[in-house]
Amino acid sequence: MATMPASASDLLKSFKLKTKQQELLIRVSILCLVYILAFITRLFSVLRYESMIHEFDPYFNYRTTLYLTENGFYDFWNWFDYESWYPLGRIVGGTLYPGLMVTAVLIYRILRFLRFAVHIREVCVLTAPFFASNTTLVAYFFGKEIWDSGAGLVAAILIAVCPGYISRSVAGSYDNEGVAIFALLFTFYVFVKAVNTGSLAWSLASAFGYFYMVSAWGGYVFIINLIPLYVLVLLITGRYSMRLYVAYNCMYILGMLLAMQIRFVGFQHVQSGEHMAAMGVFFLMQVFYFLDWVKHMLSDTKLFQAFLRITVTSAVAVGGIALGLGMVSGYISPWTGRFYSLLDPTYAKDHIPIIASVSEHQPTAWSSFMFDFHILLFLFPAGLYFCFKRLSDATIFIVMYGLTSMYFAGVMVRLILVATPAVCLISAIAVSATVKNLTVLLRSKNKVVQTGSTKGSGGSKSSSKALLDQSQPFQKNGAIALLFGAFYLLSRYATHCTWVTSEAYSSPSIVLAARGAHGNRVIFDDYREAYFWLRQNTPQDAKVMSWWDYGYQITAMGNRAVIVDNNTWNNTHIATVGRAMSSYEDEAIEIIRSLDVDYVLVVFGGVTGYSSDDINKFLWMVRIGGGVFPVIKEPDYLVNGEYRVDKGAAPKMLNCLMYKLCYYRFGEMMTEYGKPPGYDRARGVEIGNKDVKLEHLEEAFTTSNWIVRIYRVKPPNNRW
Amino acid sequence: MGKFWVIFVASISILLPFLCNSFSPETPTDRRVLVLLDDFAVKSSHSSYFNSLKLRGFDLDFKLADDPKIALQRYGQYLYDALILFCPSVERFGGSVDVAAIINFVDSGHDLIIAADVNASDLIREVATECGVDFDEDPSAMVIDHTGYAVSETEGDHTLIASDDYIKSDVIIGSKKIEAPVLFQGIGHSLNPVNSLVLKVLSASPSAYSANPLSKLSTPPLLTGSAISLVSVVQARNNARILITGSLSMFSNRFFRSGVQKSGSSTKYEKSGNEQFLTELSKWIFHERGHLKAVNVKHHKVGETDEPALYRINDELEYSVEIYEWSGTSWEPYVTDDVQVQFYMMSPYVLKTLSNDKKGLYSASFKVPDVYGVFQFKVEYQKLGYTSLSLSKQIPVRPYRHNEYERFIPTAYPYYGAAFSTMAGFFIFSFVHLYNK
Repeated sequence: MATMPASASDLLKSFKLKTKQQELLIRVSILCLVYILAFITRLFSVLRYESMIHEFDPYFNYRTTLYLTENGFYDFWNWFDYESWYPLGRIVGGTLYPGLMVTAVLIYRILRFLRFAVHIREVCVLTAPFFASNTTLVAYFFGKEIWDSGAGLVAAILIAVCPGYISRSVAGSYDNEGVAIFALLFTFYVFVKAVNTGSLAWSLASAFGYFYMVSAWGGYVFIINLIPLYVLVLLITGRYSMRLYVAYNCMYILGMLLAMQIRFVGFQHVQSGEHMAAMGVFFLMQVFYFLDWVKHMLSDTKLFQAFLRITVTSAVAVGGIALGLGMVSGYISPWTGRFYSLLDPTYAKDHIPIIASVSEHQPTAWSSFMFDFHILLFLFPAGLYFCFKRLSDATIFIVMYGLTSMYFAGVMVRLILVATPAVCLISAIAVSATVKNLTVLLRSKNKVVQTGSTKGSGGSKSSSKALLDQSQPFQKNGAIALLFGAFYLLSRYATHCTWVTSEAYSSPSIVLAARGAHGNRVIFDDYREAYFWLRQNTPQDAKVMSWWDYGYQITAMGNRAVIVDNNTWNNTHIATVGRAMSSYEDEAIEIIRSLDVDYVLVVFGGVTGYSSDDINKFLWMVRIGGGVFPVIKEPDYLVNGEYRVDKGAAPKMLNCLMYKLCYYRFGEMMTEYGKPPGYDRARGVEIGNKDVKLEHLEEAFTTSNWIVRIYRVKPPNNRW
Repeated sequence: MGKFWVIFVASISILLPFLCNSFSPETPTDRRVLVLLDDFAVKSSHSSYFNSLKLRGFDLDFKLADDPKIALQRYGQYLYDALILFCPSVERFGGSVDVAAIINFVDSGHDLIIAADVNASDLIREVATECGVDFDEDPSAMVIDHTGYAVSETEGDHTLIASDDYIKSDVIIGSKKIEAPVLFQGIGHSLNPVNSLVLKVLSASPSAYSANPLSKLSTPPLLTGSAISLVSVVQARNNARILITGSLSMFSNRFFRSGVQKSGSSTKYEKSGNEQFLTELSKWIFHERGHLKAVNVKHHKVGETDEPALYRINDELEYSVEIYEWSGTSWEPYVTDDVQVQFYMMSPYVLKTLSNDKKGLYSASFKVPDVYGVFQFKVEYQKLGYTSLSLSKQIPVRPYRHNEYERFIPTAYPYYGAAFSTMAGFFIFSFVHLYNK
């Protein structure tokens, strides 16, 4: 008994770690906490609503994942879906990025193998948070690679809670972006690692990372353009090295070959204008290498200068001619509209209304930058400053990534997501460098006081700073104040992120929540009510026409064929639906019959005040319809350029199918106390046409809050 | 107990033929007919026509039009298969019958005969309007024909018309030629141009017009010439058949028996064509003729027998359907050479005439077009007088699977060669480069 305390203290002593080990322990435990934090901060939606799939696109992803689990990979690969885009159908296997589904099914299989009896839906719901957690690890290693492990830790923490990323990766947001940001950051990290080390293995890893990214998201185009741009900048700034040569060539060639295995991408890497930059830089690298070799062989600099001039001009000329020939012969496809609209933000608005109509393709407002980045917006320039102060191949990369993605984030709201990792990394550098400088200052000061020596613990810079600072008064207090300021800001950031996540980004948008008159939470579950009605009450082969936004949800939840859906591949088909919605009823019925439509579904927010309904989207239907069928003219629906639904509305507006379907029998309805019947709460006006009569359609179902209204197409008159 | 059984069996044996003989898809001929009359005198004055129906096995139920007990349906079941309205002057039907009830009766697949007359009531006009014809608005107007009238005792009465301008369809009016003209005396009607289903079976001659014969013609008549229809039929989209005429008397025994001589013609017929015309027409109306059914729609790949859930592009397939015609007593094979099948997706990609084996089996084989999507096999058979057949069967067509493409294409051999020679060259190069120092 007496020996016990002694042995216990021995044990404690043996546990006592060295400083290095302590640091490692702290680092690992921080990373573990961040890993868990990143996961649980995304679970608000599950706690508040239920474990469900959100929004629009995730429903398609979920449906395909379900198909993949049930039918296996080859059936999935060859899946021809005849329930969407009736009657054209869609080759699903060849028109999607399968990375997400395959990942989810892989996780599902592993869990099943480990005897966890989970449902595939749970896996799908939690895929995005899981990958967000993994992203924090990548961010840590990336930060470590470009700056130091402190910056890595800060980057991991920042990205774990950054709203810009959370907006696309909450539980239930089962979308490509959920895994793609992980793949994107991983590819960049491994590529930077390959450039730093010149290792073929890292380069190979980056090719596989790129392959995963290609399989997961169309945003891979960003990688295949950013990396060549980066290489080009390195070449121009005279940072060409063998490391770069190995890293880029291996990554490009193998990545390209691997990417060709994805059916949806196919030969685009050699045939599409968007991928030509990478190929051009690849050839340029070879020219550079060749010149390097010639320079090595030739000792005469003058001769080499002449040779250089000839070679470069001829190489550029050959490349230009090849590109021109490819473009003219149609072998190389021109840039797509989406790409153009990135480079020229006004392009889509003028030329492709279907791209401009999507709310997440709108230019970003300043407020949403603030909302999504908070203090990172101020730390970002500071981080850039630090990067420029310590330029290396890695920091050049992160600077370029940050600047280009920031530009794209300004063009399209949804691309804030792409910018988020860069912003977090650069801000982390700023935070880490500042905090480090300040703490070094505090510590070295102590040392100065204690030992009387001017030798700082940091590098020569900090020691010189310490020297300089010795003359300044209150410098220690200033540093402490600054540190407190930094921590205050960071804690505000954490609070803001949690608040944004809980308030703004955890709504499934399929179930709507509002505050009632007494501050209580009111849930509108109308969408699911309508889709389950469709599933239960309509014939198996019924076709439902609605605006394309709801297509994925109708097929996934209602299990009925739709005319158009969120995969907007056929503009004409969408325009036909837009035309039907914006025509008079007797013209629309011709289109409806020609498409064999049995039910028409509209979303209407006039009773609840839900503003993203079909009446507010209606002008886009007119524009998209008018883009293909010039009989539909936008001015017919406007009064003096103003869009209105009240008495002063345009006559065509008051009698078009969409208006009739939304406001059918609405004129009898009292929506708000003290307002006349037929008062539209979403637009705050009394509607102009209260006496809506339908001839060829009849009301089949209206949900409890009138958000979804379904109409049945009547058969042709029996005796006429 | 025994007494109960006797009553039960007796009632069953009385009811059984009644129950079995009703209209059904299998035996489409009508059996139970409700006849609504203005007064029961019509029952005897038109007995020839009714007897011909009875002889053909119809069960006629005569009721006064304002009888408060009449009802078309009870407990959601229709009591009759067809309705004859020989009550031109009724202002209001008795019981639960009204215009909407009659229209619903037709819209649920039952047949209707309407005979109006001069001074036809608004009610009858309304029913006719719902069926796509408009009687002359002047209530006292009659069809007058100063050249095509029937010679009769009362000289100068040109409202009794002898018409032989029939529709050219053996299905509707029978294959036997109607020799004598048909006598008509009554109100004319015109077809609603919007209605595409109504057909003129007996039209007035070009010299006819519709006006009040007793008053002087002050304004030009609204209805003139062959725009006037004397007898019209409608075959609704659900194949319910309707006969509309403006003359009740053309069904009468008097018209059936009287001889006829058309003015300007020397031939005098012993007997008017009314009996033959109306009897044949009633056979069509009551589905004893011209009723088709299509059964056993089948399609499968050539060389197989099972129906696939979907086809692949460029598959060879066979489509077959059996079409029968109801002869009044049994289903006979329908033989024709103009039935076509469409392979349809927004527009027909394949349009092919079906060949038949004279036993009712129609078939065609064709190749699925090189387009994927959701197609339909469509047979839209609409022939004058026959019930319309509208068959459509949805079938998706998928593209090739990844392993259904040709694997070793000769034109690809240079590429294979290039790939393998590069591999070999690289190997040799590495070998030489590494060991040739």
